[in-house]
Amino acid sequence: MEATSEKLSNIASLSIISIRAFVSQVPLLGWLLGAFIAVMLEMIIGTPLARGMGLPKIPVLFGILIMLKKPLLIPSAVFYGILIYVLPIGCIARLSAKSINRLVGKLLDYPMILSVLIHLGLLYAIFHLWSGMSDYRLLVLKLTLIAIMITLSLNIINGYMGEFSCSHPGFLALGAYAASVFTLVLFVDDRIFGAAWLPKAIGPFFFPIALIIGGLVAAIGALAVAIPSFRTRGDYLAIISLAFMFIVKSLIENLEVVGGPRGLGNQPDWANLPVVFGSTVLCVWIINNFVRSTLGKALNAVRDNEMAANAMTVNTRRTKITAFLFAAFWAGVAGGLFAHVLRYVNPSTFGITKLAEVLAMVYFGGLNSVYGAIVGACGISLMGEALRPLELYKWIIIPLLLILVMIFRPTGLIAFREFDVKKLIQPKKGHLNA
Amino acid sequence: MSLLQIDNMTHYFGGLRAVHNYDLAIKPGQIRGLIGPNGAGKTTIFNLITGLYRPTEGKIYLEDNELNGRSPHEIASLGIGRTFQNMLLWRHMTVLEHVKMARYSRLTYGLVGAFFGTPRRQREEAESEEKAYQLLKMMRVDQFADLIVLNLPYGAQRRVEMARALAMEPKVLFLDEPTAGMNPEELVQMMEIIRNVHNDFGLAIFIIEHRMKVVMELCEQIQTLVFGEVIAEGTPKEIQNNPKVIDAYLGKEVVE
Repeated sequence: MEATSEKLSNIASLSIISIRAFVSQVPLLGWLLGAFIAVMLEMIIGTPLARGMGLPKIPVLFGILIMLKKPLLIPSAVFYGILIYVLPIGCIARLSAKSINRLVGKLLDYPMILSVLIHLGLLYAIFHLWSGMSDYRLLVLKLTLIAIMITLSLNIINGYMGEFSCSHPGFLALGAYAASVFTLVLFVDDRIFGAAWLPKAIGPFFFPIALIIGGLVAAIGALAVAIPSFRTRGDYLAIISLAFMFIVKSLIENLEVVGGPRGLGNQPDWANLPVVFGSTVLCVWIINNFVRSTLGKALNAVRDNEMAANAMTVNTRRTKITAFLFAAFWAGVAGGLFAHVLRYVNPSTFGITKLAEVLAMVYFGGLNSVYGAIVGACGISLMGEALRPLELYKWIIIPLLLILVMIFRPTGLIAFREFDVKKLIQPKKGHLNA
Repeated sequence: MSLLQIDNMTHYFGGLRAVHNYDLAIKPGQIRGLIGPNGAGKTTIFNLITGLYRPTEGKIYLEDNELNGRSPHEIASLGIGRTFQNMLLWRHMTVLEHVKMARYSRLTYGLVGAFFGTPRRQREEAESEEKAYQLLKMMRVDQFADLIVLNLPYGAQRRVEMARALAMEPKVLFLDEPTAGMNPEELVQMMEIIRNVHNDFGLAIFIIEHRMKVVMELCEQIQTLVFGEVIAEGTPKEIQNNPKVIDAYLGKEVVE
């Protein structure tokens, strides 16, 4: 018995090592290429393959939904996943590793922006094809991308600055309503706001302005939280920001001009995938730039020891307020996108449930880290969708997972890691590549 | 003219008089010491000058600038660098980031630079990185540059803190018990570093210290503080032989 178990654990550790070795040689571009081809494959043979294996249609979220709904279909869903995703991605990534490594190395001779654009372009193509196969996928993808923006912006306050802010749903609401009102008044014949002022055709060009207005309104709201609460440290911000969230919610509920508790609908359909993807990339880029500069690092200094930061010439008050407004701005932009993706908002969306969700994303993914924000946002929102068939049990499983993460990694899965684009896209040298 | 001038500074914590009629004049390039038993108010004086507390009475001038009522970061950017008795380091930051942070007030790229990574930001960050490396080399901690500061040995942490204070390019450097908790070997190293800093930058230095050896060897002028009042002031020799100081502080062994 012992001998067999030892053998088994040997095999297990060997396979882990070989998977590591395998993974460590493949550059990011290789994975993207594999994913791209897998998605192409799904587009071409996905439907007949799924039918042939007894699945009603292409499994939308990697088969998890089907597995949970009809346990009998688990084998075919797993088989489908392996055939369409795991095998093609693995094979292509492995086989092309050498040549792609060389290609990526050559690309780095040119300005880095070129490699970055190639990676982003390929990533967008994957998203586009993948989400093109079902409307449900498209919606999940857009909401996940928006969740990344929200999580990242909240991570500035709760992670990089080390304060505990609860006002993010409030900022989202302000952004969502401000952007909606802007587009509805100007470009839509609406029952509340009357006839459109401008032709709808030029609307999409004004959409970025609507988003920026949403962000600015959220930032102005943030000022109301920041001024009283940043005089001191500690729990004040948590309490004031929580109050702010409720104030915004009940304010909107009582403003009949924007529909009151019934909400605001009929937003134009401008938040398509390119727009959402572009905004998310821009958001990640700008926030990552900020937190890696000395001005952004000052947030860490304030968090770790404010007195020392002050004595080292850091204007701590200005630093905190700027970062808070900056975070609120991005939350507002995300709110504007959110409203135009769903094309309907109502105040009850931006309550304590939303707060729990965004806080879970931040603390699950990891504090003080852009990777962490991305992982947390994707993880929680995909899990939230995938576990939907479990209905109520979903709200047992996800919190349980959070508790486990908090026990074993108190700062989150990927905390305190710098997001270095250059490291991400450079060629990989595995230890077995000799 | 003196670089740092304090006239009649008094400070109360509630009803407790922590500092009473304190005067100080530091000339450029001078090393001054402040000694006194525990609780005499030495660190309070540092905190009053650097703006953490506001003096109840009295005026503080750095060159022509009045420091009263300014916030700590303004005072720091005017040219007072300091270290802390219990080393206030930032626990999640690397050694290099510590030293770069102290150049915060010299960065001019602003938020636009921070958000969009403009060429100006790259240039300024590279400049401050180079300066930081110079200081780290001088403090012999450059091999630790990319480590989280808490993983360093104690003596090295002290030197990082010193490098951080120097990165501000201060006119006066305040050292609050720079050798606290050091073994004799580290102590000698630290004294050498303080001497080097003084010689290389021509800095005025103001030291609080418990160890007689350090103050006596380094300082040109020493003040002795007891219960918030200066009871003696003079050269190390004079202080050593002053009966009041011996009574209050030094004890019998040093007299031998």
